[in-house]
Amino acid sequence: MSARRRLSLGERLVIAAPYLWIGAFFLAPMLLIAKISVSQSVLARPPYRPIFEPSDGLAAIWAKAQTFSFDAYRALMSDTLYLESYLSSLTIAAVSTLITLIIAYPFALAMARAPERLRPMLIGLAAAPFWTSFLIRVYAWIALLKDEGLINNALLALGLISAPLQMFATTGAVVIGIVYSYLPFMLLPLYAALERQDPSLREAAADLGASPAHVFLRVTLPLSREGVVAGALLVFIPAVGEFVIPDLLGGSETLMIGRTLWNDFFSNHDWPAASAAAIALVAVLMIPLLLWERARLADEDDAR
Amino acid sequence: MSAAASWARRATLFIGFVFLYAPIVILAVMSFNASRLVSVWGGFSTKWYAALLENEQLLHSAKISLVAALTSATIATLLGLLAAISLARFGRFRTRMLFFGAVHAPLVLPEVVLGLALLTCFVAFGVGRGFITLVIGHVTLTMCFTTVAILAALRDSDPALEEAAMDLGATPFGAFVRVALPQIAPAIVTAYLLAFTLSLDDLVIASFATGPGATTLPMRIYSQVRLGVSPQINAISTLLLALVAVALGLAALVSSRRARRDGQVMTSLARAPDNAS
Repeated sequence: MSARRRLSLGERLVIAAPYLWIGAFFLAPMLLIAKISVSQSVLARPPYRPIFEPSDGLAAIWAKAQTFSFDAYRALMSDTLYLESYLSSLTIAAVSTLITLIIAYPFALAMARAPERLRPMLIGLAAAPFWTSFLIRVYAWIALLKDEGLINNALLALGLISAPLQMFATTGAVVIGIVYSYLPFMLLPLYAALERQDPSLREAAADLGASPAHVFLRVTLPLSREGVVAGALLVFIPAVGEFVIPDLLGGSETLMIGRTLWNDFFSNHDWPAASAAAIALVAVLMIPLLLWERARLADEDDAR
Repeated sequence: MSAAASWARRATLFIGFVFLYAPIVILAVMSFNASRLVSVWGGFSTKWYAALLENEQLLHSAKISLVAALTSATIATLLGLLAAISLARFGRFRTRMLFFGAVHAPLVLPEVVLGLALLTCFVAFGVGRGFITLVIGHVTLTMCFTTVAILAALRDSDPALEEAAMDLGATPFGAFVRVALPQIAPAIVTAYLLAFTLSLDDLVIASFATGPGATTLPMRIYSQVRLGVSPQINAISTLLLALVAVALGLAALVSSRRARRDGQVMTSLARAPDNAS
């Protein structure tokens, strides 16, 4: 491992602007909510009791540090609403990721095995919804899922059901919304992994007597592992903190952490609780990212 | 490939694309429905589009969203370029881990958390919320995407070419501008478009970061949608979808032209040795 180096003046000029920006508008706000998360909740605007004043000396800060209130974190641990929101977010995200994978895999496989001249068009069509408004795509499902919506009307007209199914404002609707909205994120890495595969490997397996199912399970699937992992992360991570989908498609019983945070912040004005919950969520989601970068750097060192 | 396999492939593609596009198409069709009800077709009408033109609030918000997207995408692309250069070319400098983590964090951070942190910060420092804070929020959100897009292109570009330029007397800045920049230009365009679309579409950060007088289009749509399905929202959604479709169509046309031209270059290059002999 080489020693960490100092940056030259020119390099510092390059890095200064992005560094200052994320310092002022990302790191500082995050530190601030970390601070508020250990403040006491009061009924005021802003609704927390300040902990540090810029005029405080170090001694005063130390003295105040002993008055840190971990009430918000203690509440986080004991408040069933938050715990349930976390658990239910993770469950909904996991189930949605799995369903997205099950739908995306044959779709990506069909694109990767399509005639070569058609592939750019197919992948373009699969990626296009990504550029359209997320909000609009979620909104489109309301008209489909409502009690008097198109799916219920169609099923009633066909005589398959006698009363409208309750689909809108349920956790199932949230899962459908996530699967639909994040499908392109799963499709693209899967397609990339499948398209790269050398067809002669499959032919070799078939020549050696493997059945098509066997070829798929022993050759195609293991070789696409990287795409599966990438796609699953791209769906799972944003789905955990999703706000728009549970708010528009979910019912009142659909708990997701993004929505709980939003409500605590805007409706209940409990900033310390919302801040503590946000900090806890960040800690959980940041760990895999840092590990991934460490591993990537280690790979680079190995390659040298 | 066997006929059965090819048939199954076609069926899968068909079902997949129907799933992806049917909701959008139905939404667009319903924007021409004269009836206010989703389930009843009341005949063809463009009255919801006409109503849009009289909806001052909505038009004002559309303008704000557009200006905010143009501004924040420009700033985010510039900052993302600088951040990508720092990460790709400066090696393992001090505080790289912090910089890397902070630049990438908004990628995995729920928007609700980022929005909450920004709003808290604005309130704590007594910053009045409005258009400026909206742009600040959107730059902070989209900068990580522009950085990642440009960083990937920079990692693919060959640093040896820049080194060669510098050996031939170019300054590091000159070598970057003349050699690396043309190589990563498509990634910069992609980064800008990505930042622009994300800003135009963002609801969550905007709800936290903006103030009265700078309500964005997604915020208007959202507050309407919460009250139920509305044909006017279908109309504005259809317009936005059409805009994206046209932009994507043009992009596809340009890239297929370029591919054809590059293809011709490649074939003429391939033929060159024959001509020489």
